[in-house]
Amino acid sequence: MDLLEYQGKQFFARYGIPVSDGEAVTTVDDAVAVADRIGYPVVVKAQVHVGGRGKAGGVKLADDADAVREHAGNILGLDIKGHVVRTIWIEVASDIAEEYYASFTLDRSAKKHLGMLSAEGGVEIETVAEENPDAIAKIWIDPVDGLSEADARDWVERANLNPDATEGAVDILRKLYTAYTEGDADLTEINPLILKPTGEVHALDAKVTLDGNSTFRHEDYSEYEQTQVRDEREEDAHSKGLQYVGLDGYVGVIANGAGLAMSTVDIVNQVGGKPANFLDIGGGANAEVMAGALEVINNDPKVKAIFINIFGGITKGDEVANGIVTALERVDIDAPIVIRIDGTNAAEGREILSRHESASLISKPTMVEAAETVVALAKERGGQ
Amino acid sequence: MAIFVDENTKVIYQGLTGSQGSFYGQRNAEYGTQVVAGTHPKKAGTEVNGVPIYATVAEAVKETGATASCIFIPAPGVKDAVMEAAEGGVEFIVVITEGVPAHDEAWFYNKLQRDFPNVQLLGPNCPGIISPGKCNIGITAGEIAKEPSAGGPNVGIVSRSGTLTYQALYELKLKDIGVSTCVGIGGDPVPGTSFIDCLERFEADPETQAIMMIGEIGGSAEEEAADYIKASVSKPVVSYVAGVTAPPGKKMGHAGAIVSGGKGTAAAKREALEAAGVKVGNNPTEAGALMVEVVDGLR
Repeated sequence: MDLLEYQGKQFFARYGIPVSDGEAVTTVDDAVAVADRIGYPVVVKAQVHVGGRGKAGGVKLADDADAVREHAGNILGLDIKGHVVRTIWIEVASDIAEEYYASFTLDRSAKKHLGMLSAEGGVEIETVAEENPDAIAKIWIDPVDGLSEADARDWVERANLNPDATEGAVDILRKLYTAYTEGDADLTEINPLILKPTGEVHALDAKVTLDGNSTFRHEDYSEYEQTQVRDEREEDAHSKGLQYVGLDGYVGVIANGAGLAMSTVDIVNQVGGKPANFLDIGGGANAEVMAGALEVINNDPKVKAIFINIFGGITKGDEVANGIVTALERVDIDAPIVIRIDGTNAAEGREILSRHESASLISKPTMVEAAETVVALAKERGGQ
Repeated sequence: MAIFVDENTKVIYQGLTGSQGSFYGQRNAEYGTQVVAGTHPKKAGTEVNGVPIYATVAEAVKETGATASCIFIPAPGVKDAVMEAAEGGVEFIVVITEGVPAHDEAWFYNKLQRDFPNVQLLGPNCPGIISPGKCNIGITAGEIAKEPSAGGPNVGIVSRSGTLTYQALYELKLKDIGVSTCVGIGGDPVPGTSFIDCLERFEADPETQAIMMIGEIGGSAEEEAADYIKASVSKPVVSYVAGVTAPPGKKMGHAGAIVSGGKGTAAAKREALEAAGVKVGNNPTEAGALMVEVVDGLR
């Protein structure tokens, strides 16, 4: 789950990390009211799940109410790389002496947490990593030990920040690590982390990604579900508990297991087609789940043909075939369906399907044959 | 021979009293796995399908001589269950449960490395492990795996994906190729057992003559495995990497399957594997055909 900047700042504030006073609003009048309350100058910032807001005109400084009115009016409704701005964050403008970068994430290779700190903040860290890798001080943290003050201090010294920032940085980094671990985050990033002329260190931005698997111990995270960017198809699938990722093509894909679903998407591409989605219905494949998956696919107007790819293991091929037949009785499907069943009792499964076979329900024994058939059908029906 | 588990492995099921645990525990026992105990803090003294339940793993180990544990506990309890198993004295821990928070995984992985360096963890979020004809721990349907043949050549399988593992087992069975051990390492960000752990053991296992490695997008485990293969594996390796056409920034079903910042792509993994002399198929069927060629060459 990716948090918007204002949610990230509220998340940071809970762990004692200094952020600017501000408020999220959805109307111009509210924006002016907030600015009047917190005091000028203020910054008006678009809240979208995409980088490059500044260049797109989504971040503006305002010295008075008229300026807030003008900028808020322009930014609300602005389209930034396909994301329409519905919410803006109004915060007290900060004086900046220096800009730094700080983050924590998991290093999957080292199986440790990785902290990155750089005196070159305010730009994309990937750019710094490429052009001047020595400017990033890294620290690998054993999750069992955590980040001690001594280690944090050593790390800050290695990053060559302004000495005035040392104490503030050590304090913020330890709090950021706590937010990262206790908050079950995949990523906590501050860019820029600023040193003010007055000597305080302060989080001017917030980028936070939370682990969706941790919601059982963070009940309040359900609020972030509301602001996730999903297209309608993803929303529909999510509400049915299906693992779905929307793609741009015209072949609907249903498979059991994440690996097989990925593989199915691949093979549709390999035979010259374009998949409309990734959809994993999980290890079993009963009629209930299959019907739900077919409904999701059926609601996608771009889908011209459907590829159901099932490997029978503990849920055997004949049970899967019966599930598909039952599901088809429940859902009225427009597009033709090509099914490939393999694995345990695959022959029995294909036998069941053969009794229902028609121009719009075709069974093929291998992934490649099924993919070629479904792509040809989809193209005949206008898929491109 | 086989790797990690064989006919002598005695297994405890943490969560045997639950619906998933009792179902798969029973299936594993029917396959021939030595299912010796289950645990539940409040149901000690009872039985599930004839298997005795003990209050703790330590007691179960003491009473049965169990060497492995299979965890079917729901995600919130997995961290404690893993530590209970290690402290209880088993050497091999399989976590089937999916949805375990990444911070829990990172914590118990490092805790085991430090305090229980001899314990091998497999998973979380994995289908388990099967040494056909000897031992099946987890959710793989045993009937799709062919037992290794005495003279070989037999294949060892290691995979990040459940259904693609089954697909590989099944295709080899159709081609009458035996499997020494099939390890599903799972699709999570911090897998307890890595590709390299398995490659190292397959290389040393006299019953394994060729290796099938099934990867997917995300992380750099396949690239690290490629380096290891180049340096230390003499047996032929065939591979397939799922997610060639996955869009960046999207988790493809598995928590660990994500292409981020241009890293973790299937193309880069494939390139690294091919540079290490691995034959890589475009899809699971093609990888299966490549393995048949390799095995025919070994006969």
